[in-house]
This record gives sequence, structure tokens and C-alpha cells, in this order.
Amino acid sequence: MVPFNILVAVCLVYVGLLFLVAFLVERRANARSLPWLRSPLIYTLSLSIFCTAWTFYGAVGYAVRSGWEFMTIYLGPTLVFVGWWWVLRKLVRIGKTQRVTSIADLISSRYGKSNMLGVIVTVISVVAATPYIALQLQSVTLSFAVFASAAADGGPVPDKAATALWVAVGLALFTVLFGTRNLDSNERHLGVVTAIAVEAVVKLVALVAVGVFVVWGLAGGPADMMAKINASALSSWDLQPGRWAGLIFLSAAAVLCLPRMFQVMVVENVDERHLATASWAFPLYLFLMCLFVLPIAVAGLDLLPPGTNPDLFVLTLPLAQGQDGLAMLAFLGGFSSATSMVIVASIALATMVSNHIVMPLWLSLRPARAVSGDVRRIVLLSRRLAIGGIVALGYAYFHLSGGSAALAAIGLISFVGAAQILPAMLGGIFWRGATRVGAVCGLLTGACVWLYSLYLPSFGPDGVISARLIAEGPWGIGWLRPQALFGVGGMDPLIHAMFWSLVLNATAFFTGSILTFPGPVERVQGAAFVNVFDGEVSAGGWVRGAATAEDLLILSQRILGGDGALAFFEAEARMQGKAGPLPDPTPGFVGALERRLSGSVGAATAHAMIAQTVGGAAVSVEDLMAVANETAQIMEYSARLEAQSEELTRTARQLQLANEKLTRLSAQKDSFLSQISHELRTPMTSIRAFSEILREGDMPPAMVRRHATIIHDEAIRLTRLLDDLLNLSVLENAGMQLTLGLVSLQDMIDRALVAAAQTRPERSFAVYRDPASEALYVTTDADRLTQVFINLISNARKYCAAPEPELRIAVRQRGGRVMVDVVDNGRGIPEDSQALIFEKFARLTDETRAGGAGLGLAICREVMTALGGSISYLPGQGGTAFRVTFPLRLQAAA
Amino acid sequence: MGNHVLVIEDEPNIVEAIRFILMRDGWDVSTLSDGDRAEDTIRSRRPDVVILDVMLPGRSGLEILAALRADAATRSLPVLMLTAKGQGRDRAEAERIGASQFMSKPFSNTEILASVRALAGV
Repeated sequence: MVPFNILVAVCLVYVGLLFLVAFLVERRANARSLPWLRSPLIYTLSLSIFCTAWTFYGAVGYAVRSGWEFMTIYLGPTLVFVGWWWVLRKLVRIGKTQRVTSIADLISSRYGKSNMLGVIVTVISVVAATPYIALQLQSVTLSFAVFASAAADGGPVPDKAATALWVAVGLALFTVLFGTRNLDSNERHLGVVTAIAVEAVVKLVALVAVGVFVVWGLAGGPADMMAKINASALSSWDLQPGRWAGLIFLSAAAVLCLPRMFQVMVVENVDERHLATASWAFPLYLFLMCLFVLPIAVAGLDLLPPGTNPDLFVLTLPLAQGQDGLAMLAFLGGFSSATSMVIVASIALATMVSNHIVMPLWLSLRPARAVSGDVRRIVLLSRRLAIGGIVALGYAYFHLSGGSAALAAIGLISFVGAAQILPAMLGGIFWRGATRVGAVCGLLTGACVWLYSLYLPSFGPDGVISARLIAEGPWGIGWLRPQALFGVGGMDPLIHAMFWSLVLNATAFFTGSILTFPGPVERVQGAAFVNVFDGEVSAGGWVRGAATAEDLLILSQRILGGDGALAFFEAEARMQGKAGPLPDPTPGFVGALERRLSGSVGAATAHAMIAQTVGGAAVSVEDLMAVANETAQIMEYSARLEAQSEELTRTARQLQLANEKLTRLSAQKDSFLSQISHELRTPMTSIRAFSEILREGDMPPAMVRRHATIIHDEAIRLTRLLDDLLNLSVLENAGMQLTLGLVSLQDMIDRALVAAAQTRPERSFAVYRDPASEALYVTTDADRLTQVFINLISNARKYCAAPEPELRIAVRQRGGRVMVDVVDNGRGIPEDSQALIFEKFARLTDETRAGGAGLGLAICREVMTALGGSISYLPGQGGTAFRVTFPLRLQAAA
Repeated sequence: MGNHVLVIEDEPNIVEAIRFILMRDGWDVSTLSDGDRAEDTIRSRRPDVVILDVMLPGRSGLEILAALRADAATRSLPVLMLTAKGQGRDRAEAERIGASQFMSKPFSNTEILASVRALAGV
């Protein structure tokens, strides 16, 4: 006996292996290095999720209960794949061209992108899938229980509910990890699909192995087996033609409509051609899956004690025969069937729930963030939560139903639910007249009938609806009895529910479609779906319409310009072998013209313009929307260009300003050098002339002294000029080293007056001061500030031409700043010169030269700037007036 | 041949030097410290040579030269231009307007004396 613990360990290792397969494939798939992953074999094997635990275990049980009828579950899909492959091809093509992400998306997209339909299909699918997921949990739980009871003496017997819970949690985790790792625009999950393919191989090998063991190990070969089958009661079951037809139809509908089948068949399809292989390989797979069902059933009935659950013969038969290894393989096969179904179903359903319910809700609740935020994160989160929710629903159903119902019965209930989508789907892809209202009516009607007549009664008498209601109808209305609608009694409840739900569904669908008129988007989509195969034929081709080449030329000239259009038309005419500029408006030429125009105005605009001119095709809503998009793009582009051009203009203006500034600086530099040259050469001229005179000798001593004095004075003048220049240069370039200290303003003015008295000492000035206002202590560089006062007072002494010269010094303090005004009673400075006086060499020419080089005020300005203050000329003071302003407390620069 | 030189120059020491050099050589020197009264002075007593500084207070030397050349009476009057700026541009401008000779400061005494002699045709 296999200990229960080892069984659990094997399961975990197996899941880990699948995990690894999925992970490696995802990684390699990104590198696109595994072409065989995209082979039709993987595609075909992934389709095998049709064979769930129900098929793996339940088919044998079905055969024990109903004989050959189990075959119908395989015949339906076989017929679809062999005979209806063109329907599948159309679905796959539509799925690709419309980027369909789920069956709900398909229906919603077909009927005018109606989200209401998406919601309806999603709800139906979730409700229908819930019992099916519960079924898988039940089968895994039952198979665990079989092993556990067989090994009861060796280990703990697990609680059924706990087992189911752990299986559910594990499956949800695996699905979340691999189904929602990233968000792919086409919703493909290559890793998961490959893992599903591996599971498909495992379940086929397991079932075939059990079958081979039964036929060759227990019976004496095929011939003996056939004899046993013929002898058993199973082969004597009556064929019920109506039920057979109904069940074949139902399983055929299911393979088209089950969300998980749609997921692997359409959404995960990487190449339409794979369908050709699948159309024979998938039926072959199904054939192998059902080949040994009857032998196992017969052998089980023969060899196992009566009362053994026939749904678990696949597992109990090898166990009873002591074939532990085989039993383990069978267990893994069943486990694979269950897990692959739950994984794919929950991925498919989660995509639908997230896309059609969660995201629309979120978008309408959070409009502001939806525009700018990262929606991907929200989508992934909602998918993960949806997966958890769907598996949780399945577990809840398992819990509620008590896990007692026969497997096959639950599966068929789900099939009928999924089949409700069939009318809307087939109508949508084959009938342009199908409308949204029709689809809604059909789906709702079918779903309600299904719920009322099959789903709710499946919980058992008095489960959800009372036994009395089932027996007598609501309020005693007989024709509303859930299992005998309209008084049609005596039918099998399943067939009854299927018949009425689909008949009423289809009737409502057709009636609704005929009575209503499709909207514009709906019509566009309807045409795109129904005529999906015509698309590539007609898209580029223009029928020869009423347009003349001249009309087209006029149109083209507007876009290509006169010469360009004419050149194009002439070239085309030459190619047609025609003389002259106008080619025949053949479809080929019109197509070429459209391509040429689309280079200038965009494909949609070009198409719309040509369509208008040719008149052969109406401009569709989508054409117009595309035109609007292009226009928006062009406008954005031109706005960008405009911004760039503005930017360029701004840059050019800045460059021009910089250039002007440089030119001005250069002119200033030239003028400065010229001034320097003049100021140096003037004293040198005197020095040279008089020194040459002196060199000649032979001159009275008084004359010699006079000439030597001139040379001496001019030399001093030169020295002073150089000093000033150096001073100014230091001030302007290197900045100034300030020696800050607390000094008396009065002292500074005193010192300045004394020093300035050396300038034209022969003149006596009347100086007016206010000692009280000067009694201030200032934090500043005393020497520098005193120098400024000296310069100002010296200037007054030099230039004040008044016969009785006066000098007024006024001090005021306001806030943290001190103002010192130095005013004389001379003529003042003419208004037009006031702006110049602080410039270098701006000496206003004066007959009375005092030997200054015209740098004094420029130096003052630099010093005051360094002291955190300023110097300015005060007009209208009756004489020349300067104001010096500086801070009372100068802070040392950091 | 006359021997009268008019010096129009605003730097007193330079005026004194030129006057000393020329008077020692026997020239009659009169001076002006700006150009405002230049034409009047020349009209009242025509000099044989004018020594004219370019940078003068008020009217510049170049303006005075232009005025002299515009007047038929003084069109051929020899004018020696002096400048301390030492830039080629001034020289070209002076020659265009019609300076007889152009000399940069500082000059040598023999040079200016020779020029005056040559201009006066001595």
C-alpha cells in the first residue's frame, strides 16, 4: 500500500515539475528560441483540457450506469473538429483580427462592444463553471480518500473537506503565479499551455496503461475482453435516440462555448494552421481516451465488490490488484485532468471577470487616476483576486453540495449552461442581422430557463428550491414546473432543460434581432466578424467606380502639390502604356494612389478621401474615427513643431543679445585701450620734449629748473594714472579684500578732508558739517570708504568753480543704511553727462586740469559696490552733489 | 616766406614744449587751448603752419580740419595733426579729410621742427 504521505509528496513533486516546465518555457519563449513550442502538437495536447477528471474517472462510471451513452461526450467534439473545423477556423481568425481575449470579449465585441453583454456572458460562464470546478475538487478529494482508506492502517485519514481546501488553495496559487505573471496584450500564456500539454500526455498514458493492464493483464487479450463486454449487462442498454442526439449536440456546443475551451482553442492559438493538425489529432486523442473505458468498467464490475463507486474504478482496480505503481500513475492522471481544467478555466474566467466587471467598475469609480495611473497593476491585481474568487466559489459549491452527486451529472449541468452562449456566438459570426438586443434577450432567456429548470434543482430536493415547487410548480401553476415546462412532462430532466433553454434562447435571439436595428459600431463589427475571410481580398481593391482620372488628379494636387501629382499620374499612365498625363482609373492605379496619399495624410484619411471620390464605398464609422485619430496626431505634431520653432526663435534672440553684448564689450575694450593710450602718451610727450631740450644743455639754471619741474609733475601724473588703473583692475577682477572694523564716521570724514586738502591747496573751502549726525559707528572697511570720501572732496576742490567755494556734508541714517551727501556750490554736472560720470575716463573736460585720469568716480563706484552700498549723483542740489549709501553693519562675506 | 605757426592744443605742458622748440628756431608761435575760435584766429592772422591736436575739448581736431578744408581760403593751409591715441584709424581719417602731415605723440623735437620747416617750405 502506498502511504498517504508519499502520495502527497508525489503530488507536490509533480506540481513542482509542472511549475518548472511552465517557468522554463516562459523564459525561453521570451527569447523565442524554442520553435517546437509553437508546434501544432502542443496546441492539440492543450485542447485535451476538454477531458477533465470527469472524463478520466467519470466516463467509466457513466459507462457502468448508462452503457454506451458515455461515447456521446467524445462524439460531440469529434464531430465539431472533423466536420465543423471551418467554424473553428472562423472563430480563430476573428479572435486574431479582433484581438479577442475571451468568449465574453468575443460576444461583447461582435455586438457593438457592448459591455452589458460581456457582463452577461461572464456571469453565465462563472455560474456554469462553478459546479465543474467543484467537480474537479471532488474527484481529487475522492481519489485521495481512496488511497487514504486503502492505507488506513499506516497513516492518518485526511479530512475530506480539508483535502479539498488544500487542493483548491494550491491550484489557485499555481494559477495566479503562472496565469497572471505578466499582462500580455494577446492574453497568451505559453508556459501554462505547455504545462497543460504535459498533463495531457500524463493522463493519456495513465488511462491507456490501466486499460492495457485490464485487457492484457486481467483478461486474456482483446478477444477475451470483447467476449466479456458482450456478456456483461452494459452492452444490453437500450439506445435512446433522442437522448443520444441531445447529448452529442450538447458536448459539441460545449467544446465551442466553454470558456476554457475557447481560451486554449482561440486565445492561446499561435498559428491558424495548427487547427488543421488538431482536426484529426484531437479526435484521435479522444478516441484513445475512450478506448479502454468499457473494458475497465466491465472488469471493475467483475472483480470489485458490489457497491464500489464505479467513478473510481480507474483507481480502485489497480489498487485491488496490488498494482501500486499503476494506481499511482492513474492517480496522477486524474490529478492532471483536474488541475489542468481548474487552471485554464480560472485563467479564462478571471480574464473575463477582470475585463468586463472589475475594470469597468474601477474606471468609472476612479476616472481621474484611470487616465494617468498605471492600470496594469490594477488589472493584474483584479485578475489574481478573480482567480482566487472563482476557485473559492468552486470550493463553496463542493462544500454545499456535499460532494455526493455523480460526477457526470454535474458536468452535464455545466455544459447546458455554457451552451446558452451558442446562439449568440454562431449568430454573431454567420448572420449580419444579429443584434445586441437579440443577443441580450437570448442569453438572458436561456440562462434563466437553465437556472430554473436544471441548475437550482441540481442542489437536490429542498436544496435551493423546495420539492413541492418542483412537483407542483410555483403557486401551483402546473405548466411552470421546473422539470416539466409548458406541461411537457416525462422527459429526462437534462434533455428537458437543454431543449427548452436553447429553444427559448434561440427564439428570443432571432426575434430580438429581427425586431431591432443594429447601431453603427455594431454594424461595423458585424461585418468584420461575418466577413472576416473576405477582409484581405477586398481591403486594398477598389472597384472601378464613377471617378474619372481627372477627379483623382484634382484631389491629389491638393495633397501632393501640382507638380508632384502630375508626375505621379504621368508615370502611372506610362506604365499603363497610355500617352498623356491621365491613366485609366483601374483598381490597381487607385490602390497605388491611395498608398501614395497615405504617405502624406495618413492611411485612414487617404482611404476616406479616395472613397469619397471613387464613390464605390461608403465611409464607415471606423474610417471616420481613424481620420479623427490621424488629425489629432497631426495637430499634436504641428503643436510640437510650433513649440520647437518658438524655442529656436528664443534661442536666436538670446544669441543675438549675447552677440550685441559681446560687440558692446569689444567696443568698450577698444575705447578703453584708446583712452589709456591717450592718457599715457600725453604726459610722456611733455616728458620726452623737455628731456630732449634739457639734454642739449646750455640753458640758464632757472629755465632748467622750470623744465625739470614739468618733467617731474608729468612723471607723477603718469604714476598716479598707473596706480588708478591697477586699483580699478583689482577692484573689477579679483574682488576686494575687505578689512572690516567698527569705525567712527566722523573720524573718516575728518581724515578725508585733511587728505583732500592737498588737492589745489591754494583754494580755501568753507566746509559745513553736522557733528551730531556724524556721531555714528559703522562696521565697514574704513580705508576704502575714506578713499571714496577723499575722491569726492578732491573732485569738489578741483572742479568747483564758485568764487567762494563751499562744501556741505550731510549724514542721515535710515533703517540699517547710512547716507552721506557731499554737495558743493559749483555749476553742477550737466544733465546729459550725469549718466556718464561713473564710467572710466569719463572726465568732463575742464579747463582747469587737476591731473586726474578720469578714473576716480569709477573707482568709487567699484568700492561702494564692494562695501554693499552705492554711489549716485543727486541732481537739483544747486551744485555738484553725490550721495554715498552703505550699510551700517556690513556682514563679512561667507 | 612767413614764419608764423599756430598751435591748437589743450595740454599746457605740451604747448609750452612746442613753443620753446619753435621759438628757439626763430618761429613766431601763437597758441589756442581749444578749437572754438580756430577759424577766427586764422582769418585774422593767417599762419604759415597749423599744429592741430586731434583730441580737444569742444570741437575735435578732425572737425576743425574739415572746416578748414571746406573753406577755399584755407584749403591749402599746411596742417600738422597730432594725436596721442596712436590708432591707425585716426591717421586714416585725418589723411582722408586732408591733413598735410600726421604725427603721433610723443614726438621727437627734431622731428616736429623738421616737419614744420618742410610744411612752411623753408
